Amino acid sequence: MAVQPPPAPTAGRIRRSTADRPVRTLLSPWTLERTRGRLAYWAVFTLVFVLFTAAFVTPLIWMVLGAMKTAPELAQLPQAVLPERFDLGTYGEAWDFMELAGYFRNTVVVAAGAWLLQLAVCVPAAYALSKLRPILGRWILALMLATLMLPASALLVPTYLTITDVPLVEVNLVNSPAAIWLPAAANAFNIYLLKRFFDQIPTELLDAARIDGAGNVTTMVRIVLPLSRPILAVVSIFAIVAAWKDFIWPLLVLQDPAVQTLSVALQRFEQDTPINLMLAGLVLASIPMVAAFLVFQRQILAGLTAGGVKG
Amino acid sequence: MSPTARSTTTRSTTAAPVAAGPDTSAAAPRHVPARSTGRLRRRVLDNLTAYGFLCAALVVFALFSWYPVIRGVLLSFQQVNFVTDPVWVGWQNFETLFADPLFGVAWRNTLLFTGLALVIGFAVPFAVAVVLNELRHVKAYFRMVVYLPVMLPPVVVAILWKWFYDPGPGLFNSALRAVGISGPSWLNDTSTSMLSLVIVATWASMGSATLIYLAALQTIPGELYEAAELDGANLWQRLRHVTVPQTRFVLLVMMLMQIVATMQVFTEPYIMTGGGPEDSTVTVLLLLYRYAFVYNDFGTASAMSLLLFVVLGAFSALYLRLTRTRS
Repeated sequence: MAVQPPPAPTAGRIRRSTADRPVRTLLSPWTLERTRGRLAYWAVFTLVFVLFTAAFVTPLIWMVLGAMKTAPELAQLPQAVLPERFDLGTYGEAWDFMELAGYFRNTVVVAAGAWLLQLAVCVPAAYALSKLRPILGRWILALMLATLMLPASALLVPTYLTITDVPLVEVNLVNSPAAIWLPAAANAFNIYLLKRFFDQIPTELLDAARIDGAGNVTTMVRIVLPLSRPILAVVSIFAIVAAWKDFIWPLLVLQDPAVQTLSVALQRFEQDTPINLMLAGLVLASIPMVAAFLVFQRQILAGLTAGGVKG
Repeated sequence: MSPTARSTTTRSTTAAPVAAGPDTSAAAPRHVPARSTGRLRRRVLDNLTAYGFLCAALVVFALFSWYPVIRGVLLSFQQVNFVTDPVWVGWQNFETLFADPLFGVAWRNTLLFTGLALVIGFAVPFAVAVVLNELRHVKAYFRMVVYLPVMLPPVVVAILWKWFYDPGPGLFNSALRAVGISGPSWLNDTSTSMLSLVIVATWASMGSATLIYLAALQTIPGELYEAAELDGANLWQRLRHVTVPQTRFVLLVMMLMQIVATMQVFTEPYIMTGGGPEDSTVTVLLLLYRYAFVYNDFGTASAMSLLLFVVLGAFSALYLRLTRTRS
């Protein structure tokens, strides 16, 4: 293709940071070459390494090990670091005891639905606002972006009441995953990110497609979307991570245990579940996101600075 | 499609009839030349297509964003019980709130949380980012582990840390005992309960702030440091006069974002303390939740949302203004 897609606003910055070419920072390279500088550097490095591992890795290992200890071991007062037996059985036991399979399924349904609906709603809207520019388009965009000013929690009560009796169609969405999907789709931040990206795609490219006889849907699907992969990845990651982590909204609208997500269910079990099983449940609930992070680390970290928070 | 057809995206200001809205096609079709009628029809069609693309978004925003905003304001002045129609009660909901001693307590606690989170959660990630930016080895490891907690569901973090904070066999007091210190009772003591919540919240979310600062630090041109050094600036002076001014914008934006986020703290107190001990961790959102879903007083809960909005709206508006004008 003749015209290169505009790079995501942050992609270059992240790439530059991962390349380990020497960049002049606070310390001069010259200082680091002297013996005293080198010693100080390695001292600080070791300290930071130990602190980081203690602060961010130890708690997770402690959780994984804790799940393998028995209840009496967990109550013991000088707490042993390692369990007496490395027994993965607790994980299976916790899986059955809390019936985690069902909650995993519910969470996947909620997250996948929220993700797909957000894309299906926000991508065409951003395309229309960026490239088709209908009359009143600027006003609509302004009204959408204005909702970003509202703290999410200030809308909890009225949105909950709306969900219990959706106007015009008069249905009660409580205990239905749609109660999470639909409000999630009204995401102004997605529209802002997508529109800003679409704005950078040259109009000539769309005109060329039009002259070749492509309609708006074809142009969007065949020209714009393939060029927008970086921003679609960012929006997708935000959508899925947010749906997986969300607690207060599912707590309100998924009251029936049969439809609850992992977060809501774990919180409910926390009262009367043996601590070792609870810990195993926490580990299991963390695995999907941690695994996703290890696989998509680059994309996830690149998305971090996409929100316009940058130097 | 006619090859002369104008792209809808190139806004025409020279051809007046084209720039006019679609209504004119019905009002004055006779005064418009034949070629323009074609363009006009095209413009109407383009608008219809555009609204076709927009309609799903308009529906969800109308139902789940714009309508709740209006309804929230109305609800603040109503009494609702879902059996009879809502009754207008004027400022009564607000009076109920101000008469509730917990209301003041909740605001004080929330401000304490936000204040502590600013001291700890704002300074720590920046300091960490500055140090990380100087390290030249296993950078990927540092970036990965600091972000790991961000990927854990907040409920998992809250339950896990509740166990860590256990004064008996919990991780912290076990570790302190191992070096001969008898630890505090963390969540069970009114003087440390809020601080304990701030520490968890900071641990869980500092990864994103750290990496955002790190990205900002990497955009500082090296020449600035070299120039400062040539002028005889020492390490501290370079930090003070180069690093901080160069990242001022990001620091400000992150601070606003953090204030807005921490004032809505809910998951940690809800799971870890339930507001106790002695109401020392009842936050605004926890009280709002109680009004709405424990006392079923949606009117008063809405009045509280409105107050929260007024306080946070100012910060959010400033945040949006800053980020939009810069990017």
